[in-house]
Amino acid sequence: MTALALAPLERRLVDECQRDLPLEPRPFAALAARLGVEEEDVLEGLRRLSELGVVSRVGAVVAPHRAGWSTLAAMQVPAEILPAVAEFVSGFEEVNHNYEREHRLNLWFVVTAPSAWRVDQVLREIEYRTGLAVIDLPLVEAFRLDLGFPLS
Amino acid sequence: MLAEADRALVAAVARGLPLVMRPYAALGAELGMAEGEVLERLRRLLSTGVIKRLGVVVRHHELGYVANAMVVWDVPDGQVAAAGARLGALDWVTLCYRRPRRPPVWPYNLFCMVHGRDRRVVLAQIEQATAAANLQGLPRAVLFSRRRFKQRGARYDAPLLPC
Repeated sequence: MTALALAPLERRLVDECQRDLPLEPRPFAALAARLGVEEEDVLEGLRRLSELGVVSRVGAVVAPHRAGWSTLAAMQVPAEILPAVAEFVSGFEEVNHNYEREHRLNLWFVVTAPSAWRVDQVLREIEYRTGLAVIDLPLVEAFRLDLGFPLS
Repeated sequence: MLAEADRALVAAVARGLPLVMRPYAALGAELGMAEGEVLERLRRLLSTGVIKRLGVVVRHHELGYVANAMVVWDVPDGQVAAAGARLGALDWVTLCYRRPRRPPVWPYNLFCMVHGRDRRVVLAQIEQATAAANLQGLPRAVLFSRRRFKQRGARYDAPLLPC
């Protein structure tokens, strides 16, 4: 896929608004003032970016294990059943990321839930239903968290 | 432990704000909280580090960052904190974590993510990162993503559905 052509305002919304959304009743008006446009332009731009899929959401990135539990899990899935297994895994509400990667362990996904107990239950259910081992790799220590993603 | 009201609020903002003029008021209406209380709680959740950032969350792939590598090393336990700090300080490393080894299938304990537009550039950045963190010669694997099956915000309030 090639990079989408973004309008200048859309590019600035993506590049300059990944942190510090103003904590005031009309945050998009505050952003608009900062960017020198109208509130409606900001809302319109963010709606379009969401429709394009460039913006996943305008919201919070939560520190791991402060408001629930999560883990990174990996499986070795035979190629011929990978699409079906991946679809089954993605079907869990608790799975937020799910990728095929270039490795013998070829399916990698993140499970997030209100409790460690529920995360564990999801992993066990995937093992039970697929008959394949799930490797559980919870975070031990974070050296860098998601702090946004500069475009430059 | 978070208060119940904070939990509900974190779950809601992790899902995303409605794109309306007064999103905090709209969120509050959903949660039975006044707009002022939503703002007050969010301020505290940010200052205490429960919420790392509040703003636009992008999807790399749609922006043309299609070369997405997870890089892992097997680092002696005594060295991992120093190596992680060095990796995490690099501009092009977006995430860096220590995770447990699971021998024999998974011997690696230090993880980082590198996103780029071009696989060759990412590979060169990985070599630079390896040198910057003094990880030359240690067992390493580079796992580029091949297919994305799912990517969205985490759900902190997933319903407990009967299986």
